[in-house]
Amino acid sequence: MKVAYWPGCVSRGFTPELHGSMQAVAPLLDLELIEIDRGSCCGAGVIAEHNQELADTLNARTFALAAETPGELMMNICSTCQGAQSECQERLDASAEYRAEINTTLEAEGLAYEKGLVTNKNFLWLLVEEIGLENLTKKVKRPLTGLKVGPFYGCYIVRPTDRLGINDENPRDTYMEKVIEALGGEVIDYAGVHKCCGFPIITMNKKASLQMAGTHLADATDADADCLVVPCPLCHLNLDLQQPMAAGEIGRDLSMPVLHLPQLVGLALGLEPKELGLQRHVIKPTSVIDWTTAVVGSADGASSGW
Amino acid sequence: MPDYTLRLRRYDPESGEAPHYEDFQVELDGHRSVLEAILQVRGDQDGSIGVRCSCRAAICGSCGVRTNGKAGLACHTHLEDAAKRSKDGENVIVVEPMGNMPVIKDLIVDMEEVHWKKIRRVTPWLVAKEPVPEREYIVPHEAMVDVTQTMACIQCGACVSDCLTMEMDPLFVGPAALAKAYRFVGDPRDAEQEQRLSDLAEDPHGMYDCTHCFQCIEACPKGVAPMSQIMRLRRRAGSDFHIDDRNNGHRHEMAFVKNIRKNGLLHEADLLPDSYGGKFHPRAVPELLSSLPVVLRALKTGKVTIKKALLHEHKASPEIKRIFDTVENREVRIEYNLYISGNEDDLADDPSDVGGEAPAATATATATVTEAVVVEEQIIETETEAVVIEETVIEETVVEEIPAPVAEAETDVDAPADSEPTEGDNQ
Repeated sequence: MKVAYWPGCVSRGFTPELHGSMQAVAPLLDLELIEIDRGSCCGAGVIAEHNQELADTLNARTFALAAETPGELMMNICSTCQGAQSECQERLDASAEYRAEINTTLEAEGLAYEKGLVTNKNFLWLLVEEIGLENLTKKVKRPLTGLKVGPFYGCYIVRPTDRLGINDENPRDTYMEKVIEALGGEVIDYAGVHKCCGFPIITMNKKASLQMAGTHLADATDADADCLVVPCPLCHLNLDLQQPMAAGEIGRDLSMPVLHLPQLVGLALGLEPKELGLQRHVIKPTSVIDWTTAVVGSADGASSGW
Repeated sequence: MPDYTLRLRRYDPESGEAPHYEDFQVELDGHRSVLEAILQVRGDQDGSIGVRCSCRAAICGSCGVRTNGKAGLACHTHLEDAAKRSKDGENVIVVEPMGNMPVIKDLIVDMEEVHWKKIRRVTPWLVAKEPVPEREYIVPHEAMVDVTQTMACIQCGACVSDCLTMEMDPLFVGPAALAKAYRFVGDPRDAEQEQRLSDLAEDPHGMYDCTHCFQCIEACPKGVAPMSQIMRLRRRAGSDFHIDDRNNGHRHEMAFVKNIRKNGLLHEADLLPDSYGGKFHPRAVPELLSSLPVVLRALKTGKVTIKKALLHEHKASPEIKRIFDTVENREVRIEYNLYISGNEDDLADDPSDVGGEAPAATATATATVTEAVVVEEQIIETETEAVVIEETVIEETVVEEIPAPVAEAETDVDAPADSEPTEGDNQ
């Protein structure tokens, strides 16, 4: 299927392995990514905090650009983009008058946001709702047998439930577990699954921010997870890049690899770790991959070294 | 009738025993409330169960508990909905006391120790503007609409219970108190708006300590959306009063906005130093030095290259700059508040829609707002039997869109209620 692809900023900035792994895994899922290359940052909640209309206008523009592509849907690979864009879309869809006001600003560029035209889904939602778990399982070449994976969603993709369309029909706050199982892995439940990585307050309250990351990583370690998987690059920054600092903050050694969702899917679909940029992580995924044979699995991974 | 297992967390500090879980079976319809189940068990099986409740109608805010991990009012949570969140098997409902507060006994937490102390922290009363008018203050109608959402708070503490920042930083002023702060910051009769904002911006555990986790929005049974109120506090502090706090809150916001205006996409390498006031700002030096290991790790793993950090690959198009200029140069910020103006689809379905016109976007402090307004204030005692004093004022004025500043559209907020109160929340 063709999708209007919104990679976001961080997947092309400080976590380039996310954008790269998504591009690598897309053909294996029969996804054609049509990048919305003129789009702008979703605002990550910060622009909306500064000026709501500004965030709504920028995202209305991105939606309008998505509508111009032949994509059936718009797909993002970032929980924060999903949450921030859903918030703007909720307001845009609520009032014709407000929409008209926003469109007045977009008019000069010949763009307009039209209600009901663009459905924006995170890669996680698309995997379950469009590609389907059975179909996904069929594509698995290297099942993640024995790999114990802890899901970490990121706040923006699980709350508020009504805005994000999380309900009995679409229990989107359980999709990560379903995908891990479909790929042959074992789901690890731990206290931090739906909690906050702490990234938004890293410049304002570094201590609390790192305590959040450290606590969730430690909880996952205690629950015997081999790795975490995240659909959000901002969570990845706090959980992987900042992990040594987080370990210092909570006073405990941590060595928990954190994978981006497309990386986990890519491994199971037979891609090589290097194609997925797994060498770019601060915490090397030794517990996930035996690099000498590129075998995925935890059984002897820990002893194989690098 | 379905059979539910109520798994209650029991704890009696006077007994000397550790907290433990105890199972009780109840036979009730799924649409009955968790509170009804608890009271039935207390009546029929174990009279020693400690639970606080009063109105049983989601008004008094006394019965906050956690059911299967989520905070809310026990009287406002259907058994069938709570059971859906079960991780312990079919029809098992784990009921625990709210989080972030010490437990007094079983399901009763010490609201005084955390919640009320924090509420008092924000000066939760109006500091009257001088000179005090002989009769009442006359304020623009829409200014009161602006604070309506925070007035819906019934002080149940559910947001405090589930706040993820408070879990790590117990000194955080917290969602309920900050929502209460906006109640006065947004009130034109208050004389100390700037002082209030500056106090909460300067506090290292104040308004910039919120981590955007949406837990309070999810937990609130009354649609107050405390996190949205915190963002409005920040908007007022930064854009209206230009309060440059020591927590880098406003600087980070401005650095982010500037970054996107310039690059279209976020250029992280600039954001960090700019959030501390620029690379050479005295404040930035120690912060950047402490971040050095992180930067080095990013370079080492090839996440980022020096070239990529220094060059700005992305440049914002003139279109994006134009949008920034257009919107930022408006005299009044435009905000569309869903709580107040609703969704056109819902309004179309609702024959009782009084306005009849499409709801307008509400601009802060001035300009266009219409519609029925419910101003509801509730003061609640935290005793076992809560006392509710309710003042309800209803206005059903429809104000045409008028250019700011608004002079004519004034509302006497002390006017007596002359019609039936309508439900303040949008459950």
